[in-house]
Amino acid sequence: MYRYDSIDQQIVDDRVAQFRDQTQRYLAGEIAEEEFLPLRLQNGLYVQRLAPMLRVCVPYGMLDTKQVRMLAHIARKYDKGYAHVTTRQNIQYNWPALEDVPDILADLASVEMHAIQTSGNCIRNFTADPFAGVALDEVMDPRPYCEVMRQWATFHPEFAFLPRKFKMAVCGSKSDRAAILVHDIGMALTTNDAGEIGFEVFVGGGLGRTPVIASLINSFVPEKDILTYLEAILRVYNLSGNRENKYKARIKILVRAMGAEAFAERVDQEWKHLKGSESTLTAEEIERMKSYFPTPDYREVASTADTEIESLRSEHQAFDRWLTRNTRDHRQPGYVSILLSLKPVGVPPGDVTAEQLDAIADLADKYSLGEVRTTHEQNMVLADVAKDQLFELWQDCKKLGFASPTIGTLNDMICCPGGDFCSLANAKSIPVAEALQRKFDDLDYLYDLGDLSLNISGCMNACGHHHVGHVGVLGVDKKGEEWYQIQLGGDQGKNASLAKVLGPSFSRDEVPEIIEKLLNHFVDNRIEGESFLEAYRRIGHDSFKAAAYA
Amino acid sequence: MPRIILDNSVVDDNWQLITESEQADVDISQLAEGNYLVPLSVWNSLVAELTTPPANIGLWLASTELPEQIQGSISEIPVLAIDFPAFADGRGFSIGRLLRERYGYKGQLRAIGKPIRDQLSYLVRCGFNAFDLAEHYDPEEALTSLKDFSDNYQGSVDQPIPLFRRRS
Ligand code: SF4
Repeated sequence: MYRYDSIDQQIVDDRVAQFRDQTQRYLAGEIAEEEFLPLRLQNGLYVQRLAPMLRVCVPYGMLDTKQVRMLAHIARKYDKGYAHVTTRQNIQYNWPALEDVPDILADLASVEMHAIQTSGNCIRNFTADPFAGVALDEVMDPRPYCEVMRQWATFHPEFAFLPRKFKMAVCGSKSDRAAILVHDIGMALTTNDAGEIGFEVFVGGGLGRTPVIASLINSFVPEKDILTYLEAILRVYNLSGNRENKYKARIKILVRAMGAEAFAERVDQEWKHLKGSESTLTAEEIERMKSYFPTPDYREVASTADTEIESLRSEHQAFDRWLTRNTRDHRQPGYVSILLSLKPVGVPPGDVTAEQLDAIADLADKYSLGEVRTTHEQNMVLADVAKDQLFELWQDCKKLGFASPTIGTLNDMICCPGGDFCSLANAKSIPVAEALQRKFDDLDYLYDLGDLSLNISGCMNACGHHHVGHVGVLGVDKKGEEWYQIQLGGDQGKNASLAKVLGPSFSRDEVPEIIEKLLNHFVDNRIEGESFLEAYRRIGHDSFKAAAYA
Repeated sequence: MPRIILDNSVVDDNWQLITESEQADVDISQLAEGNYLVPLSVWNSLVAELTTPPANIGLWLASTELPEQIQGSISEIPVLAIDFPAFADGRGFSIGRLLRERYGYKGQLRAIGKPIRDQLSYLVRCGFNAFDLAEHYDPEEALTSLKDFSDNYQGSVDQPIPLFRRRS
């Protein structure tokens, strides 16, 4: 993975010193509250319902084990002993004290980490496929490009005070696991007829109050030109985005108002001036970045590993289940990727304790070349596991509580922190997730339902990505009370679709029952092999609606 | 006399701002003495009358106004100010870069309105060299914020060569 050189290190160290000074001046009353706000936000610090919340950047989801151990240390020293994996692959702490944040940032900087631009109206973390570099369907590894872009976006002087936050994602594989179509800018790596590398660029996607699927505005931006092209888009947005009304300030509203074609033209006019400038990437820089993501030195795994696994599978049903749900094919023969489930029943989805973080680091050192990835579904990945170690790894995972064999099932819910922590929430989300997990805990039933994503957000800001869940649950406020709207038919990926609201909302107690009715309706009406989403699309929204309100 | 930051030091400043609302009452003949920053509409009518306005008249742009709306020769403008009506209104950063990089403006580029001390390093990189900070900032103390970072990744006005072309 990428390693800082002395300049990268100096830049994050400078940032720590800057924020230490800003915090001191703020505490001394020299910076007004509203002026300190964007300064702390751009260092990841929110003030939440119960305490400040600190969001640490995990660039495109990549961590080494030294970093994971530091995250554990921070959880222990400055927080209540746990951390939370967010739906944008970052890590959040719910209980740090404002005065401690400069020290936390210094600790992070000591392992090449930071919290730069993890919130605020600026360019946020770039997200990517958690299986980058190992996925079978990968066309090109997105990580070198993500790192190029991360550096470009870090302290970009022109775009630190945008109309609103700005999120980008890059996909390098046939199926899109980075949800690029619901980002302000989504990029898909591709090649043209001449075999040159470039990007398809989609703009104006996003969830939140006004969910929109992004529009394609350029089908091939050569790799060397990507930074100037991004700069052109951002400049058009910075100058023309709505600054009066924060609900109309995202780029999606501008793109929609102008029309994607007219927007693309404006970008081209701007790009004309920037294209070919010094910011054009050099072949050496692209090579340099790629050199940080080499194919690892995989070892030869005995061909008997497969037969051994098969016999262990038949002996241990739980192992068999885990293999089926929690592993992914790998491009290297003899290897697989595995998902560590952070969704055991009774724990808020995505939460990990300091001890678990240390244990994950140990697992990664022992089984997966010392690297860990976070996923936007709030799990973690060990990307490079040799098949002859799978059984042992599974036993370790079981002991540590990461082996819930439920990845991709109803119980692998995406869930935002909601009303338990977040001051913007209309309703709690964690107790809803827990009630559902408890109700639907029978593994055979979950497997019979098949792939099913259920996403929960505590308000329309949609951190829980409820619009792109096959089933979405949204907390709403009705006369000061917590209610839940249910939506159906969303999906992420290359054919992303937005979920449609079922009808009037439900009380928290009713939610599990209604979900059960919807699931029964699916089971009763599906054709052999059909997934929930396929059945929904075939049978239709109204049929599910009738079942829910019957 | 008001004090501003100009080219890394604090100086007395005697440029007076003529706001949009004042402009109706001001006759150009009254602007013979002193130094004035006038709004775009006044500037453009001066250019229409005189081609080159006198050297004691500068221009300030609102954050909604673009360099392409300026009539006459931009390079002759002695002081060009960009208003930050709220510090979080970041349009001025793009306007500054455009003036320097696309229009080749070499004169004094000043941030006015409510820019804050902690934006100084960004402002410099977008081409500003003069800063009239929000009142509660002491310009002397603010000078240190000009040097918050020892290096930067992107190409910008003060260093057009991005870091990736300078790494050895
Ligand atoms: S969706 Fe709403 S409640 Fe949930 S974390 Fe985001 S802002 Fe908070």
